[in-house]
Amino acid sequence: MAIGLAHYLTVAAILFTLGIFGIFLNRKNVIIILMSVELMLLAVNINFVAFSVALHDLVGQVFAMFVLTVAAAEAAIGLAILVVYFRNRGTIEVEDVNMMRG
Amino acid sequence: MIVQAIMFYVFAAVAIAAGVMVVSARNPVHSVLFLILAFFNGAGLFVLMGAEFLAMILVIVYVGAVAVLFLFVVMMLDVDFAELRSGFIRYLPVGALVGFMLLAELVLVFGSWVIAPGVAGVEAAPLPTGAIVPTNTRALGDLLYTRYVFAFQVSGVILLVAMIGAIVLTLRHRVGTRRQSIPAQLARTRTQSVAVVKVPVGSGVSGRGN
Repeated sequence: MAIGLAHYLTVAAILFTLGIFGIFLNRKNVIIILMSVELMLLAVNINFVAFSVALHDLVGQVFAMFVLTVAAAEAAIGLAILVVYFRNRGTIEVEDVNMMRG
Repeated sequence: MIVQAIMFYVFAAVAIAAGVMVVSARNPVHSVLFLILAFFNGAGLFVLMGAEFLAMILVIVYVGAVAVLFLFVVMMLDVDFAELRSGFIRYLPVGALVGFMLLAELVLVFGSWVIAPGVAGVEAAPLPTGAIVPTNTRALGDLLYTRYVFAFQVSGVILLVAMIGAIVLTLRHRVGTRRQSIPAQLARTRTQSVAVVKVPVGSGVSGRGN
């Protein structure tokens, strides 16, 4: 049987849902939350490339590359904030981040 | 064709299984390693679709940089991860509820969704066809360095800002470390730093206050 657009979209949808699920499941652990966000961005990239190939349009792959760039920058900044937060508080629990000031 | 189908199912199954392990692994180091596995399989899916350049970029950027960064941070922070997992069971129902609702919505969207009939004629940048098809990398580069050159440069600026931001956020000046101070070195004069000492016979210069 031929593998078409719908197959790739299904995989991407499952991965995206797993990312959302991970954010809810690990509400205390920021590192896992960041990894879940990366998983969701991978799903988005699979969607971009799948539509790009299905519609014979290269722009989807160009934008998938931009998503990749922004995801890398986001991971770097997020982990830097995490390191600073850990240095100040001694924990990475995000339950009481709203106290973060000063 | 049958090989492609088999490879697709292998890549998809391993990617989804790795995704499940990322969100449910007990040890965050294992989570990072499963994230790397998921990205490798995503790269495999990209290759199957014919986007080789993006697949290699995914491996280089994610596995080579982002995942190693995650691993570094996980191992650098001395965190009690068992304590962080205390709310795991408590958050499971609401997480499962939201996840299944989102999945149901996506299934509903996919079920009732068709590609518009006139879309074949309005491609912004059609995939190259003909007798001599350029490689995916070349086609992507032709597009990226011409029509999307400003977006490309903006993404470069974003990376620069991210790099500077990460450095500024995590840079810490420890008290007590001795650093080279070039203005202080240049401002030194001979009278401040050189003293002529008369050394008496039989006793050294130590103990005379210098």
